[in-house]
Amino acid sequence: MSETPQTSLLLSLVAVFAPLSLVTIGGGQSAIADINRQVVDINHWLSQAQFVDAFAISRMAPGPGSLLVTLIGWQVAGFWGAVVATISIFGPTTFLIYAVAHLWSRDGGARWKRALETGLRPVAAGMILAASYVLLQAIDGGWFARALALASTATLLLTRVNPLLLIGAGVCIFLGLHLIGLV
Amino acid sequence: MAKPQTAPAPSSLQLFLIFTRIGLTSFGGGLSGWLLREFVQNRNWMTQEEFLNGLSISQALPGVNVKNMAVWIGYRLLGWRGAIVGFVGIIVPPAIVIVLLGTVFSSLSRYPLTHVALMGAAAAAVGLSLSMGITAARAVPRTAIPLLIMAGTFIAVAILHWPLFWVVLAAGSLSVANTYFRGNR
Repeated sequence: MSETPQTSLLLSLVAVFAPLSLVTIGGGQSAIADINRQVVDINHWLSQAQFVDAFAISRMAPGPGSLLVTLIGWQVAGFWGAVVATISIFGPTTFLIYAVAHLWSRDGGARWKRALETGLRPVAAGMILAASYVLLQAIDGGWFARALALASTATLLLTRVNPLLLIGAGVCIFLGLHLIGLV
Repeated sequence: MAKPQTAPAPSSLQLFLIFTRIGLTSFGGGLSGWLLREFVQNRNWMTQEEFLNGLSISQALPGVNVKNMAVWIGYRLLGWRGAIVGFVGIIVPPAIVIVLLGTVFSSLSRYPLTHVALMGAAAAAVGLSLSMGITAARAVPRTAIPLLIMAGTFIAVAILHWPLFWVVLAAGSLSVANTYFRGNR
């Protein structure tokens, strides 16, 4: 049995994802740049291509985008990998919001609340933009993919289209480009 | 306005089923709208003001907004049991779905077309991230310090590849302190 390597793999999943959990301000999007760095560059758990595939799957699946981490855990260490990665990425912040919900019911605290909301906004924006930048560089498909990403951005900003429909359109466009030999 | 009356709290099972349904039907966002409709408008389990307070805290605190919101709503309605029900309902069913999807795609991965399809999906999905980034950037106050903090965070993470944890800790405390001491606006 390979108990020890498996256990140490699970522990390193915790060591990577639990701290990341605490910096996912503004939703899971913001941590993707760092997840990419940890999973691909530092730990070599997945290749860059595998990571981008996992990212695409996580965007097609329902539920929070951070479930990307569940999928990575599954691919790296099977069932327990998925369980451990999920608990690591969602657990710590759950205790935090629980504690705040508890405190909130006793104390309004308007000033620190407003300072938190407004103060974290630029940090969250910078992180989400950084994640998009890293992803734009990581996607395969050259300029077609980048053009599609920008077109998709504009569509989402200007219309209320269902994102799943947009991803479906992306799949069709690439299959079409493949058919005529461009990708 | 007079203090709005809310309906009696739901049972744990009812709460679990609602969160599961929202978790499984939410693709790529728009979730807070669903939660608002379900909990405030349709069932009147909490007031709109309570809901919006929870929403802004869920967004300000680290953690996935929807999950934070589910824990917040669950706690308000049913205490710690509600918080657990909210967490499990919004996370576990979609977690099972994503592993199934991943398995399906990896068994299809020997066909080159699978990779082409995922390339298209990934490119379109980057748009979700980028459009959210642009929306978030638009909400940043147009003054020097917040804009500098946003640019600094971007450069530290995207270009310099500094560890996110320390970047957020430093930029976040700087920014929150700045907002706090600027007073109430």
